[in-house]
Amino acid sequence: MREIVIKTENLSKRFGTFTAVNEINFEVYKGEIFGFLGANGAGKTTAMRMLCGLSTPSSGSATIAGFDIFRDTDKIKKNIGYMSQKFSLYENLTVLENIHFFGGIYGLSNQQLKEKSEVLVNKLGLYQEVNKLVSSLPLGWKQKLSFSVAILHEPKIVFLDEPTGGVDPVTRRQFWDLIYEASDSGMTIFVTTHYMDEAEYCNRICIMVDGSISALDSAPNLKLKFKANSMDEVFYALARGAKRGE
Amino acid sequence: MPMLDINDNIKWTSEKEMNPSLMVNAALSAEISIQVKNLVKVYGKDKTIAVDDVSFNVGKGELFGLIGPDGAGKTSIFRMLTTLLLPEGGSATVNGNDVVKDYKKIRKSVGYMPGKFSLYQDLSIEENLNFFATIFGTTLEENYDLIRDIYIQIEPFKKRRAGKLSGGMKQKLALCCALIHKPTVLFLDEPTTGVDPVSRREFWEMLKRLKAQNITILVSTPYMDEANMCDRIALIQKGKILSIDTPAEIINAYPDILYKIKADNIYHLYLHLNEFQYTKSCFAFGEMLHVSFTKNMEEVQSELLNYLNQRGHQNVSMDLVIPTIEDCFIKLLSN
Repeated sequence: MREIVIKTENLSKRFGTFTAVNEINFEVYKGEIFGFLGANGAGKTTAMRMLCGLSTPSSGSATIAGFDIFRDTDKIKKNIGYMSQKFSLYENLTVLENIHFFGGIYGLSNQQLKEKSEVLVNKLGLYQEVNKLVSSLPLGWKQKLSFSVAILHEPKIVFLDEPTGGVDPVTRRQFWDLIYEASDSGMTIFVTTHYMDEAEYCNRICIMVDGSISALDSAPNLKLKFKANSMDEVFYALARGAKRGE
Repeated sequence: MPMLDINDNIKWTSEKEMNPSLMVNAALSAEISIQVKNLVKVYGKDKTIAVDDVSFNVGKGELFGLIGPDGAGKTSIFRMLTTLLLPEGGSATVNGNDVVKDYKKIRKSVGYMPGKFSLYQDLSIEENLNFFATIFGTTLEENYDLIRDIYIQIEPFKKRRAGKLSGGMKQKLALCCALIHKPTVLFLDEPTTGVDPVSRREFWEMLKRLKAQNITILVSTPYMDEANMCDRIALIQKGKILSIDTPAEIINAYPDILYKIKADNIYHLYLHLNEFQYTKSCFAFGEMLHVSFTKNMEEVQSELLNYLNQRGHQNVSMDLVIPTIEDCFIKLLSN
């Protein structure tokens, strides 16, 4: 039996009379790359905010890395990493300052910070850039650095919210190399993306439509089930009937 | 098929860069809507080259795509062609009008949808449309036929402020505003970025209908899979055009034989194939790896299977695969 790191039961979030997330149920396993897809407005961000301990659910229950989503939000935050394309690093801090800032927030000691910075800079080949402002880095490097910083404190789960927009196909794959590597070491990856081929890199894919989960399976199984040649077709078949905009 | 050496690959790209005049698709009207010759854009004190000697033509009624990542120079090209930015070198015409000298004529005859949402957030859908119609000396009614298909999708919300619309609806409103004066050439800068796959597909359907009305469309996108929706495409990276042709011809010109390979542990398969001595290239594509080899498959097959068996791979399957535009882009980047 595989170890479960995320489990939700009838998890819901309502804003007034609007049900953004409607009784979702799923489990995510240790080391899994779990793709979380949905059209704009399907409820992905709301669900993700609850799972990160940033938004209190209206009803239902969930545990994240063994912690309760109502009671233990502080512990959840310490045990997860988060990265999004929209907010990642401080542009006006240098590479090294960003590493120290985020590592410091997650409670790493000076000794740990020193060691981890060295390993990280080495791994990403950023020697020449450690003292440069992040704003001067190419987008692809920012994304790789941002991911590496998000997992500096070795969280059990890392949440990636549309991490890779706008980079060339080779750089995008280098980013996914980092994801595979983290997953291989036992970290769980929870990722949202608009790239359907990226969805296929995930072990399993969950597709939300209008606040509910419409499908949850591996890419090959989903394609088989919807008699589709690509995940794009699967997604289209499920989401074209969506009622909600953003 | 004999392996092409690296020089052949380089020739494969530069030949097409050198002769943009040969690139007009014979099937399309010979009339040229957009002509770009050796265009150069340089920014700032440190002389960053954003657009580096770019040349291409777009035929009348053609749907032409600029495909490339952020920082490729797509937006700079758009802004020079729409007369919002002056080039440092080269020249360009739109409908035969020079982008520097005849900028007033160009502004009247083209529609431009910038990548960043640029309508008035505090005006409603209806007010934005009327505003742009008035500026161009026309009315919503006059060219209603052109925008009807798109407008009826947002009409139920016409009193809503633009700032309160969803991404997909903003995109439709921006397209309506760009079309309100019945332009002959439409410039769409990353209209589908950040939009979900369903809205993206609908958007391309709209573009096909506009193309059917003989409107020339220059569109940019970072999504490689959208390349196939265009008549012709230019693959662009770091200010330089890597290749210009129809999507089918770009795929035809892919120089290697490509295989799709998978196994139970795809990440380990990827690591091992990258270390295999006859691997030429190996990249993840969905649930598969796309792999090319430095030797023919007959020569390499038994060794490859042994190599993977020794490393404990289960359920290895391999098949020929037709390259995608993304394979071609990766190949061109590696040259």
